[in-house]
Amino acid sequence: MANANPRRISRRRLVKSGLALGGAQIFGPFVMRARAADAVKIGLDNPLTGTYAALGKNELVGCQMALEAINAKGGVLGRPVELIVEESTSGDAGVAVQKARKLIDGDKVNFLLGNVNSALSLAMAQVSNEKGVLHIVPGGHTDAVTGASCHWNVFRVCNTTQMEANAVASALVKEYGKRWYYITPDYAFGHTLEAGLIKAATALGGTRVGGDLTPVGTVDFSSYLIKAQAANPDVILFLLGGDDMLNALKQAVQFGLDKKVHLAGAQQEMEPLEGLSPEARIGTWVMEWYWNQPGVPHVAEFVEATKKRTGRVPTARTWFGYVSTWTCALAAAKAKSLKAVDMARALQDFHLPPEIALGPNPAFYRAGQNQLLASLFVGEAQAKGSAPDDLFKVTKVVDGAQVAGPLEESGCKMTWPT
Amino acid sequence: MKPARVRAFDAAVCLLLLFMPFWMAAIGGYTELATRIVVMGLAAMSLNFLLGFTGVLSFGHAAYFGLGAYGTAMAIKYLGAGTIPAMALGVIVATIAAMVIGALIVRLRGVYFAMVTIAFGQVFYFIAFRWNAVTGGDDGLTGWHRLPIDFGFVKLDIFQNDKAFYYFALVIFAVCVGAMAKILDSPFGRSLIAIRENERRARFLGVPIEWHVWLSFVISCLFVSVAGALYALLNNFTDPRALRFDLSGNFVIMAVLGGMRSFWGPLIGAAIFVALQDYVSSHTQNWMSVIGLVFVLVVRFFPRGVLGMLRGGAKA
Amino acid sequence: MTQVVLFNVFNGLIVGAFYALMALGLSLILNLSGVINFAHGGFLALGAYLAYTLIPYIGFWGALILAPPLTAVLGLVVERLLIRPLYGQDPLYGLLLTFGLAYIFEDVTRFIWGAQSVPFQVPAWLMTSLSSQLFFITGYRVFMVIIVTVAVGGLFAVLKYTRLGMRIRAGTRDLDTVSTLGVNVRVLRSLNFGIGIYMAGLAGVLAAGLLGLSPTIGANLIMPSFVAIIVGGLGSLLGTLIGGLLIGVASGLAAVYFPSATEAVIYVMMGLVLLVRPRGLLGEEGRMH
Repeated sequence: MANANPRRISRRRLVKSGLALGGAQIFGPFVMRARAADAVKIGLDNPLTGTYAALGKNELVGCQMALEAINAKGGVLGRPVELIVEESTSGDAGVAVQKARKLIDGDKVNFLLGNVNSALSLAMAQVSNEKGVLHIVPGGHTDAVTGASCHWNVFRVCNTTQMEANAVASALVKEYGKRWYYITPDYAFGHTLEAGLIKAATALGGTRVGGDLTPVGTVDFSSYLIKAQAANPDVILFLLGGDDMLNALKQAVQFGLDKKVHLAGAQQEMEPLEGLSPEARIGTWVMEWYWNQPGVPHVAEFVEATKKRTGRVPTARTWFGYVSTWTCALAAAKAKSLKAVDMARALQDFHLPPEIALGPNPAFYRAGQNQLLASLFVGEAQAKGSAPDDLFKVTKVVDGAQVAGPLEESGCKMTWPT
Repeated sequence: MKPARVRAFDAAVCLLLLFMPFWMAAIGGYTELATRIVVMGLAAMSLNFLLGFTGVLSFGHAAYFGLGAYGTAMAIKYLGAGTIPAMALGVIVATIAAMVIGALIVRLRGVYFAMVTIAFGQVFYFIAFRWNAVTGGDDGLTGWHRLPIDFGFVKLDIFQNDKAFYYFALVIFAVCVGAMAKILDSPFGRSLIAIRENERRARFLGVPIEWHVWLSFVISCLFVSVAGALYALLNNFTDPRALRFDLSGNFVIMAVLGGMRSFWGPLIGAAIFVALQDYVSSHTQNWMSVIGLVFVLVVRFFPRGVLGMLRGGAKA
Repeated sequence: MTQVVLFNVFNGLIVGAFYALMALGLSLILNLSGVINFAHGGFLALGAYLAYTLIPYIGFWGALILAPPLTAVLGLVVERLLIRPLYGQDPLYGLLLTFGLAYIFEDVTRFIWGAQSVPFQVPAWLMTSLSSQLFFITGYRVFMVIIVTVAVGGLFAVLKYTRLGMRIRAGTRDLDTVSTLGVNVRVLRSLNFGIGIYMAGLAGVLAAGLLGLSPTIGANLIMPSFVAIIVGGLGSLLGTLIGGLLIGVASGLAAVYFPSATEAVIYVMMGLVLLVRPRGLLGEEGRMH
């Protein structure tokens, strides 16, 4: 359509400039960056949109809290510390890798943190290893990160799937039975978790009566639940994460399956539990960190500080972010240098101080694997607890070092630069 | 012979591309961003071969982009192939797929063609996602990286050296773009433009429409798969997202943003889009709204794209 | 084994009904306006979140009644301001615009309601199963099928018996003639779009009771809708309905025999249909150009 009317064109220009002005106003508060010349820089490359947005945001809160605490104590090697945050998206490796390179090459960060998504963690680890930057993975669970694909510069805070499996298996076999049905998400995390559980269960006499691999992002689990029920197991294991876990549990409870069969799994997180209505909060799970730890020092302060900041209790993800950021500062302090190799060596068998470990057992990075061994919390999800956010009843705290398995079995063969 | 203005513009673009890693760093960018622009620019220009010059809307080009990426990645990881043979494998796989699918859908047009290309794109996404053992599934294909190329007389370290890889990508880009320009300049290319302008008239003039559209589709997918191969090499990684329809949508918006009717338009669009995405997502968590807004604004106010506007009038 | 198969077929029909609801809205818009509404999933999410916000004030039933029309109103606004100028232009632009809208909707939803999944409360008496044997037929799923049936029935009734419906049907075949006959085509398209979005909003409220409610709830549901339309045939609403049901049943059967292929099966179906009968099961000849 021809449009020669000059008044029309200028109105369009007005709209465009108005949009630009408005855009600047709106985006002002969201600017996440500020720079100081001499600062030590930590780069966080984590999802803030998409499926893992909630998890990534909680990790970010933990990082920010640690950052404030570190700077309050004088920073790293006397210099202020800065957190540069980049969004990796929940699944686009191209973007995650691009941002990792941006942080390393463009912003010249001293440390790299990330990712929630296991696959993205691996991709980023390749970049950080190529560039020789110290890399802490807060919440990417695939075993390969500190297993077959381990690198000298890559450390991980959250547990391996084998550890989670070992922690929960004996409780399940003893209390609920030996016949297990597995609903497993079809990606590395799910596969290794299932393999870990099968191994742990078999050692205790358990059997796998059946299972299904579900595509990640499945919305309707009814057909799998129908099959699960038909196999007549003692326990149905939900090895899913995030929204998949939410959907599956919601539907399982709607079907009344929880009344016939015991529902359980390995990894559970506060985020999906918070999305479930109370009657769907059931089952036996392992949490990697839980806020309600009566009698353990320093935890209450951490919980209070988080509540003041976000209005909610900290989740395991908050703790992951907190620990990862503190690890950077502590590594530099111990090595008395910011050279990645020195810091990596300093972290071998490094024990976290209690106000960061925030758990009953010692927390340390196992030498030769760079994997943090801390505490695992086995328990039951509950509709109501002692406080509004108390969604999980801890029945047993397991020492990570006990369930980690021997170093040889992890598959990690670490080589150091000469 | 092209008019002087056009030749000057071509020269300007070439110069900018030749020195991009250098002036890019000066304005706060980094070499990898420049390489990304070249790769995406090639993808958008390849799509535009079909979209802007033949007038056929494909919203599923990411499928062939991804096939190029996976072919290359799998060749390097499982066959230990060198860079060039690996890329060749990726391109061959994608082109064969394009030939087969093109034959199936060549009779469709408009919205229906677009829907079907989306759906077929999803088929490949889905295969990459589920064929875990081979493609790595949701986790993607990792554990490999691009290897230095040994030309016999000189070794090009495209792995450790970012700038070396940029120039490698630029050479490939130049070859592809040159080829596309040559094809568009030929009688075949003219027929494509005729089809875009008025398909019925072209048919009456005796142009074999289906064959032309099919060939245009295949050529377009071939070059997009080259871009995909480069993308895999750039990341040292490939995953199913390289096949998803949102990437297809990004290619289309790049072409439209830069100007569908011009040759270099998609490259300009790619540069703007990639840089914008990189910049915005560093500064706000709400980058999705910004990108979505770009789509909306381009469609409403700049349908002819940047170059279209520069040539006279935002709308015609 | 037979029991598992039967259960899955039955369950497939239930799930398929839901897909059909969503696909029908999409198909309605596509048929009359020629716009592929990529933002359909976004409207679904908005409908779900609106219901979630309204429940504390007017309860579940109030939200079920009120949320879809509110979503439809938003749809009308979007149509008037953004989509209407694109009619008659290359379908490319409609696609790109709705594509961008989908991004914006997801981001705005996340901005307003947070990235964290939120619990959606459905009345307790709906949550129980019909019987211990038929455990997968929960009250909620029956309710969902009833709502879908009513909505689809209502849609077909409107299309067949009202003047608006007749004009929509005529417009789907030949919009130019309808326009020359004196019908206000712009208003017609707006209303048609509104009805389509109403169905998306309704699907959203139903989905929230079934799935977890998070900003990405609509994203996974849009592809099956596309396939339903392609399989059922462009231009045919009945075809879309059947397409949706077929997808549900096919996925259910695949879960029994080829569990890893539950997603693939719908694309295989689509591939087969395109090969054997490109216009879809009930599609009309000549709609492909």
